Amino acid sequence: MKTKEFNLTCPIPISQYPNVLLAHGGGGTLMHNLIEKMFMPEFNANEQKIMHDSAELLLDNKRLAFTTDSYVVNPLFFPGGDIGSLSIHGTVNDLSMSGAKPLYLSAGFIIEEGLQMETLWKIVQSMKMAAEISGIKIVTGDTKVVDKGKGDGIFINTAGIGVIEHNLNINPASVKLGDTIIINGDIGRHGIAIMAVREGLEFETSIESDSAPLNDIVMKLINAGIKIHCMRDLTRGGLSSALVEIAQSAKVGINIVEKDILVREDVKGACEILGFDPLYIANEGRFVTFLPEQEVKKALDIISSDKNFSEACIIGKVTEKNPGLVTMKSAIGATRIVDMLSGEQLPRIC
Amino acid sequence: MKYIDEYRDAEAAKRYFIAITELITKPWTIMEICGGQTHSIVKFGIDEMLPPEITLVHGPGCPVCVTPVELINKAIEIASKPDVIFCSFGDMLRVPGTDKDLLSIKASGGDVRIVYSPMDALSLARKYPDKEVVFFAVGFETTAPANAMAVFQAKEQAIKNFSILVSHVLVPPAMEALLSSPHNLVQGFLAAGHVCTVMGLEEYFPIAKKYNVPIVVTGFEPLDILQGIYMCIKQLEEGRTDVENQYTRSVRQEGNRPAQELIKKVFKVVNRKWRGVGEISRSGLGLQDYFIEYDAERKFNVSNIVGEESPECIAGLILQGLKKPHECSAFGTKCTPEKPLGAPMVSTEGACAAYYRYRKI
Amino acid sequence: MCLAIPGKIMSISGNEPFQKIGKVNFGGIIKEVNLVYVPEAKVDDYVIVHVGFAISTLDESEANRVFEYLKEMDELGELDQGDAEN
Repeated sequence: MKTKEFNLTCPIPISQYPNVLLAHGGGGTLMHNLIEKMFMPEFNANEQKIMHDSAELLLDNKRLAFTTDSYVVNPLFFPGGDIGSLSIHGTVNDLSMSGAKPLYLSAGFIIEEGLQMETLWKIVQSMKMAAEISGIKIVTGDTKVVDKGKGDGIFINTAGIGVIEHNLNINPASVKLGDTIIINGDIGRHGIAIMAVREGLEFETSIESDSAPLNDIVMKLINAGIKIHCMRDLTRGGLSSALVEIAQSAKVGINIVEKDILVREDVKGACEILGFDPLYIANEGRFVTFLPEQEVKKALDIISSDKNFSEACIIGKVTEKNPGLVTMKSAIGATRIVDMLSGEQLPRIC
Repeated sequence: MKYIDEYRDAEAAKRYFIAITELITKPWTIMEICGGQTHSIVKFGIDEMLPPEITLVHGPGCPVCVTPVELINKAIEIASKPDVIFCSFGDMLRVPGTDKDLLSIKASGGDVRIVYSPMDALSLARKYPDKEVVFFAVGFETTAPANAMAVFQAKEQAIKNFSILVSHVLVPPAMEALLSSPHNLVQGFLAAGHVCTVMGLEEYFPIAKKYNVPIVVTGFEPLDILQGIYMCIKQLEEGRTDVENQYTRSVRQEGNRPAQELIKKVFKVVNRKWRGVGEISRSGLGLQDYFIEYDAERKFNVSNIVGEESPECIAGLILQGLKKPHECSAFGTKCTPEKPLGAPMVSTEGACAAYYRYRKI
Repeated sequence: MCLAIPGKIMSISGNEPFQKIGKVNFGGIIKEVNLVYVPEAKVDDYVIVHVGFAISTLDESEANRVFEYLKEMDELGELDQGDAEN
């Protein structure tokens, strides 16, 4: 039996990056390159070769969605959530982005020796509550403990399976010229909530992470017959990275309008002080939807009827101009390119 | 946000653009000194909407960009030592030295931390008495009061495990060096509003007089810059060469006297090397002898470390306003924010970074 | 590194000359700021803050200058009103 030739050439140039950097997990160009050049080719990723939030599989003619995500957020507890609730919501949301109904999750724990049992209990309770709210079952898992100093409290991986019961192809390949882009609320809250704890920032009214499950609202849209072309939940790299990925995948131009993108005053204030751009800040309960113009009003009515997403609005359009690029009309009227995040603005954000 | 949002008003901006267009009768070349101004200009697309007669040239006012390679190498040497906590503003971490940057030292286990203020570094020194805490004191005059206070308090409180690696530069000598160059094309200046908030306007009168250039001190929001450009063009069209203050809500003629006093107490004027430009006489700040124990270069004995620029990086020409970022052969190809060849591509205020991020379509 | 932001002083503490610290509100986010370089600053004043230090008090009477200048241009006929309305 012939053994396959083993390729010894590392696709990420060692002369440039001999060590893994934090930015390789930042949601921006470095991470993108790592996945595209090292993981995808080696792991023979799904045949569609379109990078999307979950992989669609055909099992006995049933369309399933399958995804995985790891959670390394620091600090473990923050206003509006914790690593536990994040690990459930994040994976549920990835499944929802193809319009799948999330069913089952696995939970893998890598725990640092010395973590307080009380802390672990709180996290487990939080996961239980998040699972109940989302309507999913955690059916399997794994636990490892590493030496003190070799972990950071706890890391969690969740993998999820959902079933696709509609006929739409909700992914970047379905994006069409003239599509309108809507979002379910303001941006930047999760990243700033995390920063607040890490940096000891004080706010007049505490900023809470927007971490929330999106499966319910997505199901409402699908059951109402909305012809969704594409959805993407915004995590690391923020709104910009999500839109740039879609523009590049779908080979379309995207134009957004700065004054239409909602950012809370205190999030804006934090960004001004810290020198961050809200467009690149992580979110955990926000998603963008690409859909035909005639579906927009109905979709916005449905989304904004949920009290958590009352500020749903239009932020832009898919255009013929500048395919593969995202452009933004600035506050004073000039148009500029919105690029993918380079490096990482905030490490260990989700 | 109050005192920010109002200065981003689209209607008022439009009126300034129209006013500038109606005022101008011939081509003029203006330089904005500060990286913060460059950032604002490119981010809001101001340069795109100005009439073609105006050429905006981006100046050397990005302290990260002008920090010489050997200083990065010195920082790397210090940060690599055990028991050192090396603190810096975020931007400095990715500025390339001769073959490495501070971020790679962090990745291989060095204790390199991003801080928001030099006082944070001083707090770390108090918190970890058995570590040596070093702060990378990079900046123009705007940051000097903060760095002066950190050193002053360290001395007052006899904190011995603290030091600063000084890379302070001064604006007026840089302007003079630019203006006395035979290649200079700049006819008017937008001076840096926060530098002048600290130092006042007095140093600029002799420059305006000696070189016959109008100098308008501006703020950083779009309307500040637009009003500043209008005032500068008006002077040029009328043949005046005065120092004017657009940023009156923050800048006073005399500047901030308490800040100037402490700067004088802690620092003295020294010669400094500017990356890509070379040494400019009396263009920087160094510690006074009384505070010399806080000088990291001496403490860690790294004064002899040298460094070479990347041969492809034209940072010097960019910083002097003689070339624009997209005119560099490496721009966007060999040199990107992920793998920068020089500092202007790394700093949030660097011209190359601004052009790359907010590039025109 | 000229990033400096205006914020409103909510409270001031510290009597020693170098210990004057203020809690400053930047659009809802509150940070402690060293007020040593603005001895004249009081609660409710706006200050311009750079790396944790206030470097000036914002002169609110000058804050509208940018807009008054436009008005002056109108009055002097330096700005064509017809074009402005397009």
